[in-house]
Amino acid sequence: MTGLMKPGALHVGVALLLLAANFLLPEYHHGAMARVLTLAVFAMGYNVMFGYAGLLSLGHALFFAAGLYGMGLPMQHLGLAAEPAFLLGIFSGALVAAVVGALALRTAGVAFMIVTLMFAQAGYLTILYFLEYTRGDEGFVIAREARTVFGLDLAAPEVRYLAAWLLFTVAMFVVLALVRSPAGRVLVAIRENEERARMLGYDVARYKLGAIVVSGALCGAAGAAYGLLFGYVGATFASVQYSILPLLWVLLGGAGTVLGPLLGATFMFYLIDLSSGITDAYMLIAGAALVALTLFAPAGLLGELRRRACPWLP
Amino acid sequence: MAAMTAPAAAPSAEPLLSTKGVTRWFGGLCAVDHVDFTLPAGEIRALIGPNGAGKSTFVGLLAGRILPTEGRVTFAGEDVTRLPAHARMARGMAYTFQITSIFANLALFDNVALAVQRRLAPGQSLATEVEAALARVGLDDRLDQPAGDLSYGHQRLLEIAMGLAQNPRLLILDEPTQGLSDGEIEGFKVLVREVAKDATVLLIEHNMDVVMSLADRITVLDMGAVLAEGTPAEIHADPAVQRAYLGG
Repeated sequence: MTGLMKPGALHVGVALLLLAANFLLPEYHHGAMARVLTLAVFAMGYNVMFGYAGLLSLGHALFFAAGLYGMGLPMQHLGLAAEPAFLLGIFSGALVAAVVGALALRTAGVAFMIVTLMFAQAGYLTILYFLEYTRGDEGFVIAREARTVFGLDLAAPEVRYLAAWLLFTVAMFVVLALVRSPAGRVLVAIRENEERARMLGYDVARYKLGAIVVSGALCGAAGAAYGLLFGYVGATFASVQYSILPLLWVLLGGAGTVLGPLLGATFMFYLIDLSSGITDAYMLIAGAALVALTLFAPAGLLGELRRRACPWLP
Repeated sequence: MAAMTAPAAAPSAEPLLSTKGVTRWFGGLCAVDHVDFTLPAGEIRALIGPNGAGKSTFVGLLAGRILPTEGRVTFAGEDVTRLPAHARMARGMAYTFQITSIFANLALFDNVALAVQRRLAPGQSLATEVEAALARVGLDDRLDQPAGDLSYGHQRLLEIAMGLAQNPRLLILDEPTQGLSDGEIEGFKVLVREVAKDATVLLIEHNMDVVMSLADRITVLDMGAVLAEGTPAEIHADPAVQRAYLGG
């Protein structure tokens, strides 16, 4: 039964380590990691679709933004409390994903990438169009008084880190449970050999749509949490940059690994952070590191580890 | 369904699978031309015919990989003509591909688990069922090995194990012995006879030795139409078949 114990122990260990980090990290890194953990949930959501189901989307900024605005707009304009607004953000992510998925799944491969990209651009432009409510590029700030859950002030660094940690930990175990379930095995089967999966009696289209909705819900949760924790809602988060970032994080960390998204998001954050301390041309250093990694570890950091040493890694 | 009219319990009152006038055009080519086909439950049926006779297209129509231009397909008393392939598989068909199609990057265990988990009854253990299915083809000592690392012959056997693991009512095998060694073919024959105790088997096969020794009946396709049908002895003696296929 070591096959079941090892992954469980690893993920519990990672969760505890990140919890301990709350008390150990210096102030700057404490704040940075709260951000990284929230973005890692975004990457995990992306990974469900890309890493497991094999669907390459270029439009995930839309799902993140759906969560962000699904939470932010009702708080800003209707005075909704943070807790229901957060749930509404998750729901928005899932709903937008269901609609986009149902339409985009009529295509495959490159066409699927283009269609998701176009939907995300349409979403971005929609946000700009309704300037009156969204304040467009400028965005809006969520008042500090409103950013409380169960009486806890999310703007306080400790609370913010622990909230990000809780979200990350829940998302991690949700994804772990999913990928180790029979349904998760079917998603991998679809990625590996779609026709064979179909001829084993699986309704491939339904499974793909399911993966997209789960992905949308996770990305929506990340978007809603990001807005609540950092108090800002803006159209930048719906731009194409935020569709590319989760793809990069997942590729770096290892597509189709549960912890890869966290590793990729952390790695990239600190890569840019550290190199910008050295030179103004920090994107050059980041770019070179990315190219090197793609050349020498095409399966990503954890993907490579799994291939070489730990085949049990989920 | 036939309970009201059936006078006595005939051995196979209703066929497991039948087609009526099933036809498929590809552009200007009629690959399958008004085929009426009946397969009683429990039979091992071989489908033979020269290259391009329409055999693979025909089983594709049965399995739902290809939809017919006209005609009907009935499986287990239900009209499945418009059902997509996965729904037909879920109703008790299993299909192995002519060109080996497995999950090369996944372990043998996962390959077979995918075939098993959909029909797993409560209380059954996935691991036990998977191992049992792999044991039937003698691959149960390699559960954790990636399927792509197997030799070609073993990959064929794995695919057959995946077919068996579904506990199908109808097992469709498209050229299953292609690329198998003589020893493996003998093992395959034993396996199919065993499977046929609880399932109906339809196999496309070029190896006439396999066909003659396994099949209860043989259907010969030529130019998309049924040329002849009968026991191995009848087919062997049929002059039309000899002209078209056996080169007699």
